[in-house]
Amino acid sequence: MKSHDLVIVGAGPAGLAAAELAARLGARVALIERDRLGGTSVNTGTVPSKALIRLGTLFAAMREASHLRHPDGDEPVANFQRVAARLRAIEHRVGSFHSAERLRRAGVEVHFGVARFVGERTLVAGSRRLNFRNALVTTGARATPPSIPGLVEGSYVTSDTLFSLEHLPRELAVIGGGALGCELAQAFRRLGSRVTIFQDEPRFLPGEERDAAQILAQSMARDGVTIRLNTSVVSARREPNAVVLETQNNQHNAEARADLVLVSVGRTPATQGLGLDAAGIRMDAAQGIVVDKFLRTTNPRVYAAGDVCLPYRYTHVAERTARMAVGNLLGEGARQSHTNLTIPWCTFCAPEIAHVGLQAWEARKKNIPIRTFTVMMQDIDRAIIDRQDVGFVKLHVAGGSDTILGATIVASRASEMINEVCVAMSTGIGLRALAKVIHIYPSQSDAIRIAALALDEPLAPA
Amino acid sequence: MALTNRLQRGAFGYFRAYTNPLNGLVADTSRAGSPCSIAVVGFALSCQAVAVERGWCSREEAARAVLTTLEFFWDSPQGGGANATGNKGFFYHFLDMKSGQRVWDCELSLIDTALLIAGVLSVGQYFVRERPVERRIRQLAESLYRRVDWVWAQNDSPTLSQGWHPDYGFLHYGWEGYDEALLIYLLGLGSPTSPLSPRSFTTWTLTYQWERLLGQDVLYSGPLFTHLFPQAWIDLREIRDAFMREKRSDYFRNTCRTVELQREYCERNPRGFLGYGRDIWGLSAGDGPTMRASGECPSDQRHFGYMARGAPFGPDDGTLCPWAMMVTLPFTPEAALSGTRALLAEYPQACLEDRFASGINPTVDPESGGWLSEGWYGLDQGLLVMSIENARTQLIWSLLRGSTHIRRGLIRAGFRGGWLS
Ligand SMILES: Cc1cc2nc3c(=O)[nH]c(=O)nc-3n(C[C@H](O)[C@H](O)[C@H](O)COP(=O)(O)OP(=O)(O)OC[C@H]3O[C@@H](n4cnc5c(N)ncnc54)[C@H](O)[C@@H]3O)c2cc1C
Repeated sequence: MKSHDLVIVGAGPAGLAAAELAARLGARVALIERDRLGGTSVNTGTVPSKALIRLGTLFAAMREASHLRHPDGDEPVANFQRVAARLRAIEHRVGSFHSAERLRRAGVEVHFGVARFVGERTLVAGSRRLNFRNALVTTGARATPPSIPGLVEGSYVTSDTLFSLEHLPRELAVIGGGALGCELAQAFRRLGSRVTIFQDEPRFLPGEERDAAQILAQSMARDGVTIRLNTSVVSARREPNAVVLETQNNQHNAEARADLVLVSVGRTPATQGLGLDAAGIRMDAAQGIVVDKFLRTTNPRVYAAGDVCLPYRYTHVAERTARMAVGNLLGEGARQSHTNLTIPWCTFCAPEIAHVGLQAWEARKKNIPIRTFTVMMQDIDRAIIDRQDVGFVKLHVAGGSDTILGATIVASRASEMINEVCVAMSTGIGLRALAKVIHIYPSQSDAIRIAALALDEPLAPA
Repeated sequence: MALTNRLQRGAFGYFRAYTNPLNGLVADTSRAGSPCSIAVVGFALSCQAVAVERGWCSREEAARAVLTTLEFFWDSPQGGGANATGNKGFFYHFLDMKSGQRVWDCELSLIDTALLIAGVLSVGQYFVRERPVERRIRQLAESLYRRVDWVWAQNDSPTLSQGWHPDYGFLHYGWEGYDEALLIYLLGLGSPTSPLSPRSFTTWTLTYQWERLLGQDVLYSGPLFTHLFPQAWIDLREIRDAFMREKRSDYFRNTCRTVELQREYCERNPRGFLGYGRDIWGLSAGDGPTMRASGECPSDQRHFGYMARGAPFGPDDGTLCPWAMMVTLPFTPEAALSGTRALLAEYPQACLEDRFASGINPTVDPESGGWLSEGWYGLDQGLLVMSIENARTQLIWSLLRGSTHIRRGLIRAGFRGGWLS
């Protein structure tokens, strides 16, 4: 049997992007997927969660509108069967851009089955054996199961299983106050669930800056999410119609009941059963497959990309690094390194919290002098008009210059706004030039221009 | 002058009324059943020095009261046991007013111990006469300071934790970003027995964030008290650590800018709260309402109860600390006075018996003049007495400028210049 130029394991955003590019480059490429095309992103992650959040936003808007309406109506509560149907339809529509049919037409061999390495240049998937010249592992990550006594399978859900829910939980307990936990807690609250979120740190989003996390906590509280910071869930037990969580914070032990427990305590690289040893591929339990800066594993013929090997677990990073790996594998030009990418990310709460580049504390740790310019969204006309005026734009520039090193934006459309900063950073546009760009009035992103203007403004007298 | 006199005296009256003379413990608030807060005791100790200087009590009377307090803390049991008052030289946050035993299952608190110890050091500096009572005060002040095991409180990490609990051990989180922890670090760095390393301080300051905000360059920390607590004792005018040298500022000036930030924020008043303006401001830690408000969009409003509030990042629920303008007197006297006058004219109920309530929220219950916190909080009163005194005579500042421990702490934190030269 003739060997493939490239065999790709896992058809999430990384695997799909890689397959399409490799086929375009004329390689003989096979893609193996054990479940559904689109991976976490389309089926249990980005797409359904953002669709759910959008529905939550609709309900929040209905509530806002109902207070302007006369007479006051009832609190809107979601019909969850319809919500679930809408999620399925959206997943389907997004997923159809990468159907097996289209992939085959593009020249990609698609195989369904669980793939496993059986040698340095051989994979099996079901009954099929595939020899490869090169392979790319893009198996992604899975929700980390909880290690809480009594919280056994069947008594909780994770994001891997949440989106097949058919009923709106009345009482939802969310364990974990990272990005996914916060997004889902707030969305369910807005759809009508009573939600309590437990976070064993003093604040949400430990990777983001203090002010951002602070604003998020206030917004969640305003939506009516019950917030339990500094609180660990230490054990759980099942009762007929509920799960009872025993919680502990510094001073108090307490119990909380919920009819659904969502565990969001992190993601673990999906390497189980992959037979990495057989192929001489090293891995680390927490970080996943070990790769060098060109994304090559310890088997020189095998590369990896996306969640299975990188700390930035985002769809756009998965796609970008997968294309990079294919370029490094098959391309003729200089190999590209994944370590100097400018990577933005966003937590899609209300308000959204987006970041790119350096954080202020990273700059201080690395002894990089920076100046920070902050504008509050409450001073931006468009935000006031939309009554979406919670948040800020913070731009960090290198000391003594106007080179943008990083930004954090907290705003209702921070995910869109941050892209302007990314463009500036990637193309080397400085803050001064940004300040001169005419922005639409009124617009949220005008906040970026106004923050940029401060660079050359004199200080207010104090 | 008459106004500041009156308010300083009024604030001091709290300690008269809410101290247990048998052990020197001071109630956290004036409310029935309130336990003692060790932090309030720290403020109360320093206020005794003020009271002597102002002629509100005799030196002997003050010295005896101080000695009672110090003896209580020195003699009360330390350790992890149920009836202990503290451990490793630190103290539990809340104590029973009579027995001095820990209540509310509270934690061994670093910041509250620091506030207590700062007060202890101040009386050690004030009572310098060669009388047995004063000599004993000095000995005990020194011993209490030396007993604190700051290094233990690092829990083998580079920076300080927030506290420790006898059942759960160290609270697993520390201090992030600029705030009142500055006082803990300075005290810990100055210790002759268990000194924090300069490295621990600089590691903490890596979490600082300097930014241009509403036209000011500031080291941001929202609630006013976070700036004011360390500076109730320590004179940070003109002296600078590495961070402030780099930014060509100092903590004192940064406090002035923070005041300006609050005034600007309250003038812009983005949430449209009643009362807010250039002359009525003051977001800090204080009591607030807990109910939901009715308004344009009820689900869009929440109240936080007792909480540290700040501007412009929040939290802000329309609650101001009526005392918070006056306590900026050493920093921004004009803003402090014009603000306090405006507040007293508009909301006289916030300062009954010349003593400020902890919080007022004019937006809640506006028909009756706004929501008002009941009674008084000891911390506010202590900060008022000391701030007004520092503005007038710099008494507390100069006491601690004379402390070799404080000087060493500052120098080891990298402070230079000004009165340290
Ligand atoms: C709830 C949630 C919300 C998210 N929201 C966002 C967001 O808003 N924005 C964002 O950028 N990112 C978001 N993410 C992260 C994003 O989904 C992932 O970063 C992205 O899907 C990673 O892509 P990947 O291709 O590396 O892996 P995956 O998408 O996980 O795909 C891996 C694929 O490999 C397959 N596979 C695994 N093992 C084998 C095997 N042995 N044989 C065959 N196939 C195998 C899996 O079935 C899967 O289809 C979210 C994630 C979750 C869980």
